[in-house]
Amino acid sequence: MQIAFDIALVVLLLAIAGWTIVAREAFSAVVVFMVFGLLLSLAWVRLAAVDVALTEAAIGSGVTGMLLLNAAAILRPVEASYARPSVSLRIIAGVFAAAVAGTLGGLVIMFKGEPVSLAPLVLDHLPASGLDNPVAGVLFVFRSLDTLLEKVVLVLALIGVWSLAPDKFWGGAPGLRVFGERQSILVFLAQTLPPIGIIVAVYMTWVGASEPGGAFQGGAILAAMWILVMVAGLRNVPPISSQTMRLAMMVGPLCFLVIGLAGIVLAGSFLAYPAGLAKPLIVVIEITLALSIGITLGLLAAGAPAKAPAS
Amino acid sequence: MSTAFDLFTIVMVIGGAFLFLAGTVGLLRFPDTLSRLHALTKVDNLGLGLIVFGLLPQVNSWTGALKLIALWLLVQYSGAMVTQLIARAVRQDRQDQRQGA
Repeated sequence: MQIAFDIALVVLLLAIAGWTIVAREAFSAVVVFMVFGLLLSLAWVRLAAVDVALTEAAIGSGVTGMLLLNAAAILRPVEASYARPSVSLRIIAGVFAAAVAGTLGGLVIMFKGEPVSLAPLVLDHLPASGLDNPVAGVLFVFRSLDTLLEKVVLVLALIGVWSLAPDKFWGGAPGLRVFGERQSILVFLAQTLPPIGIIVAVYMTWVGASEPGGAFQGGAILAAMWILVMVAGLRNVPPISSQTMRLAMMVGPLCFLVIGLAGIVLAGSFLAYPAGLAKPLIVVIEITLALSIGITLGLLAAGAPAKAPAS
Repeated sequence: MSTAFDLFTIVMVIGGAFLFLAGTVGLLRFPDTLSRLHALTKVDNLGLGLIVFGLLPQVNSWTGALKLIALWLLVQYSGAMVTQLIARAVRQDRQDQRQGA
């Protein structure tokens, strides 16, 4: 019964993945991509990786989907004028893609011997950190350098988006479309949903130390609530020169870095936690990170500056 | 007792799944946006409602049960709002077309 469900899920995933490639319009490709993300998170649940499933649903499908929808909307006027690539180019691209997929698949199938799992090692050493969720342990104890760099990459991505702005708009507000006046329902939703959403985000971040959840998932929900408030026109989209906003964006990575540097003095190595203080420090990092991730993701969705800065 | 609970779950979840199926058929077959929305709301409200109701006896803590109910309420809430938004956008579109014609 379960194997039938899994096979159906895999077939559906492959079919939908194919659909995203075949879809002619960017808009429909993005919508199908979001459906793909939701089904993929179901697959992660089946693999008992609930943390990954939550992240896939929130970031892979939700936030990325919104970014891609924005991009598709911007490209729409010029989309029809693009010539489709020639048949030979498409065949070459297909051959290369198939070669990469074939090599990866072949490696998995031909791999001999027992796969090396680090899971027992993680579970052996997890109690020392005071955390109960092994995923949080890997993210913030055993591989914390990766996690730190991941958050910095997020900020770099935002700088990349901002750098698309023409010179005259630098320092101005992002060009997020606001639907404030006409759609009073949207305003009502933006007034009533955020209180619930913020509680869920706080819960999600807090529970991350012992159960699936954490800063990234909590931050994504915060971002969604903020975007809702901005789109409804209840709060202005802040100009990218706003110091408060930039500080909020950096507080998480900076806090992580400071605690990491303090580890050199107090615990003997970079990103090490002093004995007994690991869990409280990780919770502080997670809370500040959730805030920063929320702000950064919200600004990513708001897009490049498109208004001249107020002088 | 647990057999009775399991039976209840099976009946409710199958009922919910049937509504999901019916709603999907409606979404694919109905002629215009407004009736498609109508089909969709049945899935949100009753379909998910029956599934949540059916799963309640299987939850081993009362907070888990509350979370399930909260999920259903949130989907209801956002579903009702989004349906309104789409329906209004459709109406606006029609008015724009009429003025344009």
